[in-house]
Amino acid sequence: MAVETPQEPTAALAGLDQLELAVPQQAKRHVAARVWAAAWPKLLALVLALAIWQLIYLSGFKSAILPGPATTLTDLWHQLHTAQLWSGIGTTLRRAVIGFALALVLGTVVGALVSRIKPLRAAVGSLITALQTLPSIVWVPFAIILFGANTTAILFVIVMTAAPAIANGLIAGADFLPPLLLRAGKTMGLRRVSLYRHVIMPATLPAFVSGLKQGWAFGWHGLIAAEIVVIILGQPSLGVLLSNDQDQADMAGAISIILVILVIGIVVDMLFNLINGRIRRRWGVADAASA
Amino acid sequence: MATDPRLDETRAGAAVQITEVSKTFGRGDTALVALDRISLSVAPGEFVCLIGASGCGKSTLLNLVAGLDAPSSGEVSTGGRRVTLMFQESALFPWLTAAKNVEMPMRASGVPKAERRERVTELLDLVQLSSFGDKRPHQLSGGMRQRVALARALAQDADVLLMDEPFGALDAMTRDLLHEVLEGIWRRQQLSILFVTHEVREAVRLGDRVVLLSSRPGRVIGEFGVDFERPRGMDSADTVGLAIKIKDRLREEIVRHGR
Repeated sequence: MAVETPQEPTAALAGLDQLELAVPQQAKRHVAARVWAAAWPKLLALVLALAIWQLIYLSGFKSAILPGPATTLTDLWHQLHTAQLWSGIGTTLRRAVIGFALALVLGTVVGALVSRIKPLRAAVGSLITALQTLPSIVWVPFAIILFGANTTAILFVIVMTAAPAIANGLIAGADFLPPLLLRAGKTMGLRRVSLYRHVIMPATLPAFVSGLKQGWAFGWHGLIAAEIVVIILGQPSLGVLLSNDQDQADMAGAISIILVILVIGIVVDMLFNLINGRIRRRWGVADAASA
Repeated sequence: MATDPRLDETRAGAAVQITEVSKTFGRGDTALVALDRISLSVAPGEFVCLIGASGCGKSTLLNLVAGLDAPSSGEVSTGGRRVTLMFQESALFPWLTAAKNVEMPMRASGVPKAERRERVTELLDLVQLSSFGDKRPHQLSGGMRQRVALARALAQDADVLLMDEPFGALDAMTRDLLHEVLEGIWRRQQLSILFVTHEVREAVRLGDRVVLLSSRPGRVIGEFGVDFERPRGMDSADTVGLAIKIKDRLREEIVRHGR
């Protein structure tokens, strides 16, 4: 037998590799098919909800006050043709984006510090979780006293409700960082900043994104709550419109606004799920849930 | 062991020189002595296999040599050589493709981009994964992942390769083939390898020398030179014969603990 026999393992390895990978790949479905697959359960839920609503309406429960789907959806249709609603949506979304951006910065900085510095972790780790359990509405009086009834107060409420969730996501990600990956990073000479950039940050990304998603949901709660209370003249927002409907006992109008808020919430949630699904697929942890 | 003449001979130019190294974890009553005055050297270009039952501190020892941890006493020296470490699990970054994983150590050490590309191609070729560079770790089999991990370790341009049961989780067929791949790379690149395994025949198949560690605390209790010709088979009579001798010695050690 010759000493140099590089050919033999090469061929055998190539054969093994082919056998390993001979699993049939799932065919990529058409975009329309995928959208439909994601949409039909939601549409079904919507139809069910409308049906239940219609049944309640037909039963005559509080029929003087509670409008049926037909009346309400007509009202919504009319509102969608007014500048007021769109201006309200614009104001609310602008606040949401600014508030969320501020919460993102604050939550990320706090989360990074708390996850890396042990004494800080012991000191404020549980406080952050406690903050998350606080109902968002409790910040509204605090913010109004501190800043007055203005946009700053509203943004403050968003930050106070969204930032803890974002920080917590980052901390959870750091907690579940596989020690082996850190060891591998250190072995190849990654230190401090580069270790952060190339190992810690990408490894915590999935947990961070779920923190963002949760932070958005909490911030959205806080925003609408604050808007109902903080009414700024000449600046209609979804909260203000809701508050007006309350004053005028306009149930169809109120439900219309609730539907708008709901739809915005669902759309943003879908965006986050899209990002999440993409990360999970890249990592190879995408399962039936996100397929 | 300290008076072993072979040790003195190799000390001057050893690639890895471990001298009277002890490592204790914790303090007081609960302190655990993982390593107890271990002395061991790996000559340049030598392939040394380290074998021992569980709890012999094999992984601790590799961490010390890799500089990821400091010994409680004694000295570890690699004479300024670059050391790299490979684990039982591939420890590839799941968010990067195979090629990007191999590239990472070069990014860490600031190798220019064009040069990195070229090296990545070379290294993937070396482990026979040229056409799998754009695959992510989860799309590869266990054996392929270990080959990517090997390429990544080699990307550090190290002279000393430390391996912590790198093929322990693979099926026998894949493992045998990877032995051939590793042996080829070791010869061509004249690496010094310290290879930890619990599989005695694997140690005999690969090593120039097989060093036995005792358990709790880890001590060097024996050393076997393997002088028959390469490439060796896992199942050849020579390999099996020596493996039986080593296993008997290991068994004595384990029985001692049972008393």
